Amino acid sequence: MQEINRETLIAKAKELLDAGTVDRLLGWKRGEFDWDVTPAVFTADNLGEFVYNSFCGANFSKYLIAETRKSEKKVLVFLKPCDTYSFNQLLTEHRFDRERVYAVGIPCEGMLDVAKIRGLSDNVASVTDGETVKIETLWDGEITSEREKLLAERCLNCKSKKHVAYDELIGEDGDVLDSHRFDEVERLESLTPDERYAFWQNELSRCIRCNACRDVCPACTCEKCVFDNPNSGLENKAAANEFEEKLFHIIRAFHVAGRCTDCGECSRVCPQHIPLHLLNRKFIRDIDNFYGEYQAGAEVGSRAPIVNFTTDDLEPSEAVRRDENA
Amino acid sequence: MQVTEYKPLIVAFCCNWCSYAGADLAGNNRLAYPADVKIIRVPCSCRVNPSFILRAFQRGADGVILCGCHPGDCHYTTGNYYTRRRMALLFSMLDYLGIERERTRVEWVSAAEGAKFAATMNDFVGKVAALGPNKRLEDLRCKK
Repeated sequence: MQEINRETLIAKAKELLDAGTVDRLLGWKRGEFDWDVTPAVFTADNLGEFVYNSFCGANFSKYLIAETRKSEKKVLVFLKPCDTYSFNQLLTEHRFDRERVYAVGIPCEGMLDVAKIRGLSDNVASVTDGETVKIETLWDGEITSEREKLLAERCLNCKSKKHVAYDELIGEDGDVLDSHRFDEVERLESLTPDERYAFWQNELSRCIRCNACRDVCPACTCEKCVFDNPNSGLENKAAANEFEEKLFHIIRAFHVAGRCTDCGECSRVCPQHIPLHLLNRKFIRDIDNFYGEYQAGAEVGSRAPIVNFTTDDLEPSEAVRRDENA
Repeated sequence: MQVTEYKPLIVAFCCNWCSYAGADLAGNNRLAYPADVKIIRVPCSCRVNPSFILRAFQRGADGVILCGCHPGDCHYTTGNYYTRRRMALLFSMLDYLGIERERTRVEWVSAAEGAKFAATMNDFVGKVAALGPNKRLEDLRCKK
């Protein structure tokens, strides 16, 4: 159950709009169903359409790049703890003007995964959040489930409930958590190369190259992506074969290595449910292991290990343990 | 059916200042290394983008080796330090995806190390030949 509700956020938005601090806000708009929330820009006129529920997982940091360019006035944005890391990372990269944003930190108890809910029934009509989640269905009756079981993967392994950037905070600030987010990466690493290959072949072959993971990623902010550039030699609009799938996903993950804050948006938006965060987390874990712990976005202005070096770094041959499984 | 001996195709990215000159020296000294190694000269080892390596595999390479100046000796002072971090992460990722780890390598070869260049290539070609053709990162559309 989320600690804060729609009314609290609307009251806060009204207060700031009336005071003239901001002239618009980024928020979530209701869709046909409870889980169909979509990011939208609101002004005082259409604030009635604003919703907030446990499906409002979208990371607004990336939206700020386009939104802050539209007006000199400030835009109000509500940021969950994980969003604030992306917010800082984008500031580090000078992607938007901090002066044009009024960030309000909101606590988060984890967002629900609609795929897990659909796994319980194929005719879900509405979802009511709470300690136990009530799911109304069309002809399966009412289903209840523990909230824990319906949480998105990224929320189950939440890395931090602490806001690292905000102008104002609603509620209490949390702490950086001791998460188990690398457990799955470690499990994969412990497999044999053949098993790993089979695992990824199975996952990546589902890719339809919709580019949603790239489009939603707060770290993917190039004006022109290599995958859209006909001169890059990488442009390809369809996952034509196995190689293309692997190429896209390796390069996508590599391009955000050191800048990925592990917000988990890539996996959330993937229509094929590919665990893309496992690729990003592999890079994060390697960077932590090889070059010291580094959390992208924890502070503004930090230098990512991939654009840095020391004279006694480990050799690439040592990075891959060549003796084991050989 | 004609049976031919399998010969791996190796792409070697060599930096202009050290390794390429090292390959030259190997030639001058008449040190033999397999003709399966195709050298691509790059201004600095850090010019090599991870996608170059993947594209080499796509276009039919069975192994890719990247040669640069010894750390500290880069013509551009620090280029190969970045290469070292980048390739450590890339190779670790390829390994994570189950690609054979012997197919990729980074070696530091100076302009004076013609013998090391030839020995490295002989060793690398031998290891890749033992693995056989690259199946896990091949692109069937690029097959002749």
